[in-house]
Amino acid sequence: MIDAKIPEGNLAEKWSNYKDSSKLINPANRKKLDVIVVGTGLAGSSCAATLAEQGYNIKSFCFQDSARRAHSVAAQGGVNAAKNYKNDGDSVYRMFYDTIKGGDFRSREANVYRLAECSLALIDQAVAQGVPFAREYGGYLNNRSFGGVQVSRTFYARGQTGQQLMIGAYQALMRQVSAGKVKTYTRHEMLDLVMVDGKARGIIARNLETGEIERHSANAVVLATGGYGKVYYLSTLAMGCNTSAIWRAHKKGALMSGVSWIQFHPTCLPQIGETQSKLTLMSESLRNDGRIWVPKKAGDDRVLNDIPEEERDYYLERRYPTFGNLSPRDISSRAAKERIDAGCGVGPMKNAVCLDFSKAIKEQSLAKIEEKYGNLFRMYDKINGVDAYKEPMLISPAAHFTMGGLWVDYNLMTTIPGLFALGEANFSDHGANRLGANSLLQSCVDGYFIAPYTIPNYLSGEIKAEKVTTDHPAFAEAEKVVREQLERFLNLKGRISADHFHKTLGKLLYDKCGLSRTKESLEQAIVEIKALKRSFDYELKITGDDQVNSELEKAGRVSDFLKLGELMCYDALQREESCGAHFREEYQTADGEAVRNDEDFCYVSAWEWKGEGEQPELHKEPLVFDTVKLIVRSYK
Amino acid sequence: MKLYLKVWRQENRASKGDMVSYVVEGISEHMSFLEMLDLLNERLIQKGERVIEFDHDCGEGICGACGMMINGRAHGPLSGTTTCQLHMRSFKDGETVYIEPFRAAAFPVLRDLKIDRSGFDHIIQSGGYISASTGQAPESNSIPIAHETTEAAFDAAACIGCGACVATCKNSSAALFTSAKISHLILLPQGKLEAADRVIKMVSQMDAEGFGHCSNTEACEVECPQEISVLHIGRMNYQYNKALILRK
Repeated sequence: MIDAKIPEGNLAEKWSNYKDSSKLINPANRKKLDVIVVGTGLAGSSCAATLAEQGYNIKSFCFQDSARRAHSVAAQGGVNAAKNYKNDGDSVYRMFYDTIKGGDFRSREANVYRLAECSLALIDQAVAQGVPFAREYGGYLNNRSFGGVQVSRTFYARGQTGQQLMIGAYQALMRQVSAGKVKTYTRHEMLDLVMVDGKARGIIARNLETGEIERHSANAVVLATGGYGKVYYLSTLAMGCNTSAIWRAHKKGALMSGVSWIQFHPTCLPQIGETQSKLTLMSESLRNDGRIWVPKKAGDDRVLNDIPEEERDYYLERRYPTFGNLSPRDISSRAAKERIDAGCGVGPMKNAVCLDFSKAIKEQSLAKIEEKYGNLFRMYDKINGVDAYKEPMLISPAAHFTMGGLWVDYNLMTTIPGLFALGEANFSDHGANRLGANSLLQSCVDGYFIAPYTIPNYLSGEIKAEKVTTDHPAFAEAEKVVREQLERFLNLKGRISADHFHKTLGKLLYDKCGLSRTKESLEQAIVEIKALKRSFDYELKITGDDQVNSELEKAGRVSDFLKLGELMCYDALQREESCGAHFREEYQTADGEAVRNDEDFCYVSAWEWKGEGEQPELHKEPLVFDTVKLIVRSYK
Repeated sequence: MKLYLKVWRQENRASKGDMVSYVVEGISEHMSFLEMLDLLNERLIQKGERVIEFDHDCGEGICGACGMMINGRAHGPLSGTTTCQLHMRSFKDGETVYIEPFRAAAFPVLRDLKIDRSGFDHIIQSGGYISASTGQAPESNSIPIAHETTEAAFDAAACIGCGACVATCKNSSAALFTSAKISHLILLPQGKLEAADRVIKMVSQMDAEGFGHCSNTEACEVECPQEISVLHIGRMNYQYNKALILRK
C-alpha cells in the first residue's frame, strides 16, 4: 500500500502542523546542498527561485532558449484565490469544497485544502513582484468568475494572466542567477534520472545546441516539466511540451496516477485541416459573457447570424440551468461533443459550436466587451480572419490539461526518495477534473509555498549523507542508455517521420481514449498502439546530425508518448466508472450524465512500470473523505 | 498555392551561411507560416535532407520563441503578429519569400533560423526585477494602485522577449526591450525603490551585451508583435539621466 503521509490533525490544521514540525536546516548547511530543478514554468521557476533565496544551490534546466518561454506563459484566464474581496461568500473552505467537487471526489482532502489555504499568500506574492493584476477604479484588485463556481475569486491580468505570473517567477529566478545561487541550463533536455542506492541523485541531460551529453548530480531532483496533453498531437499545448522527463522517471520506479484523466477544454478553435499542428485555446473567461449554442436542427447550413433565436439550442443553459454557460469544463466539453455527434455542429468541418457575444454587446456595449476580451477577439481574427464582434466565434473541445502525472505524497515527493514532482507534472490536487484558474494556482503554490518546506524537510537527512559525484557508476550506466537510444534513432534507415507517428497516435487516442471511452475502444487502442510502437522502432526516419536537430528531439519524445499512450488506455480500461474527464460510455445515466462508482473506485490508481512489453502493475491509494460527503456532482 | 522560398541555411555559430532555394507546392491558405515550414521539412526528410531548424513553441504568439525575418520584415508582413500567428492567406500564389534569422551581433545564429537570445536574459538578470523574496509580501490590497497605472504597467509588461525590435533596428538596439521592463517596474509603487539602481545596471548590461544605441528611428514599435510604445525608451532615457545626476 502506498502512503500519502498526510499529517495528523483537523483538515484546517494539517498544513500548519506540518510546517510546525518539519525539519529545519541551518543557513550554513544550506549552501552545501544542491537541488536540480527541471522545467522553468511557474512551478519550476518559483521553486528554484524560492529554494535559492533560502540558500540552496540550484541548477535549473529547460529545453527552451530562455526560462521565460515555458508554457505557463500561455495561460490566459486567471488564478483563483479565496480572498473574498468581492464579499460574495467565498472562503478557504468553500474554495476547497468547489475544487474537491469539481474534481469529482477523486483527490485528497488534505492536499486540496492546502491549495485553497495557500492561495491567499500567492496573490500577495505576485503583487509584490509587480504582476499587474486587473484593478478597479478605486485601486483595489478586481475579480471575475470562472467555470464550476458561483463566486468571483479569479484574479486576472487581461487575457494574459499566465504570462504575467510567468514573468514574475522568471524575474525572481533571474534575480537568483545574478545572486549566484541559480545556474541555468537553457536548451537542455533531461533524458534520464540517475539513482544511487534507491534515491534520486541526478540527471543526464542533452545540450540541444552542441549535442553534448552531460551528467549533473544533486541531493534532490525536482521535476516541474508540465503536462503531457500533447500526446494527442493536436492540443492547446506548446509544440515542445512532452512527457519524457516524467516518463523516464516512471521507468526508474516512480508511480504514475490518473494517467488517462485529461481535460478537454471546451473553448478552443476547431481543427480546420490535416496539416494543422495546434488547437488554439480561447480563454474560458469568454464564457462569462458569451453564450454557447448550436442550431436546433441537425445539418443546418444557414449563415449563423440568419438562424433565428427560437431555432438556436443554448444547450448548456438548457441542460444545466444553475451554472449554464459557466458549467465545468468536462461537462461543457462533453455536452459539445454530444451535440456535434448528433449532427448539430457548425463550421466547415461541422466540428464546432457557437460562442455568441451579441447579447452581451447589446447589454454592456461593444467598448466594454472590447476592454474585457480585446486581445482574444484580435487573436481570433488573426487566426481565422473573422470579426467575432459581428458573428459568433466557432469553438470546439481540445486536449488541454493533464490531471494525471507522477504520483506524489503530501510532500510532493514521488515514490522515489529525493524525486519531487510539482505543478502539472504531478497528480495531486485536481482529481478527475480541474476547475478553471486552478492550474496557475497549483503550479505557483507548489513552487513558492509547498516545496520550499517539504524539500528542506527531505534534505535535512542529506547533510551527513555521503556526497555523490558524477563519477559514480550509476551516471555512466544512465549515460550509456541515453547514448544508445540517440545513436539508434540516428542510424535507423526507416521512411516515416516522427511527426507522422505522433499524429497517428494522437488520432487513435482522441477516438478511443479521448472525451469518451469504452472497454472495447480501449482494448483496441492498446493493440493498435503496440503495433504502432513496433513500426516506430523500425520505420522511423531521422535526418541531420547529433547537434541541433529538432527531429532527433521529437523522436525521443514520440517514443515516450507511445508508451504513455498505452498506459493511458490501461488506466482508463481498469477504472469501470465515469468520473470527471474520464467518461466511460458504459457508465452513464439515461440523460447522459456520468455515473461514479464510490463503492469500488474511490481510490487513486498508481501504476508501476514493469518493463518493456509487460503489463503495468496497479497500486491503490484509498481516498478517505473525513470532511466532505460524497454526493452526485450536479450542476443542474 | 505554390511558393518559391529562399531560406537561410547555416551549420553552426562558426560557419558561414547561405540562402538556399526551395519550391513548396500544395500550401493551403489556412496553414500557419510555421505549418508551411513543417510541410517543407516533411518533404526534406523524405529526401533524406537535414530539416530547416527554427525556434517555435506555443503557437499563440505569447512565448516569444518564434521569430524570423520574412521578406525583410520581423515576423512577416502583418503588424502586431508573431510568426506563429501569421497565416498563408497573407501570401500570394507564386510569390517568392525570403526567410532569414533575426540578425544582430548580440544574437549569434546557432543553426539555420535558430539564434542565441541569452543577451535578453542577462539584461533581466542585471536588475529587471523587484526584490521581493517569497514570504516577504504584504497583503495585496494594502497598496491600492490606480486602474490606469496598472493598465499602463501591463502595456509595458506585455513584452514577449522575441527580439523583433533588435532584429529590425539598424543599430541592433535593445532599447525597446530594456525600456519596456524599466517602465513596467517603475510605474508600480512596488518597483520604485530600486528604480535608480535598476536603470543604470540594465542600460550598462544592454551595452555590454553588444546591442547598439537607439537613434530614434522607431522601427522597433512598428515591428513589435505586442505593439509596445517607443515612449518607454523616452522614459528610460529620462530615468537613466536622472539616476546619473542623483547618484551619490
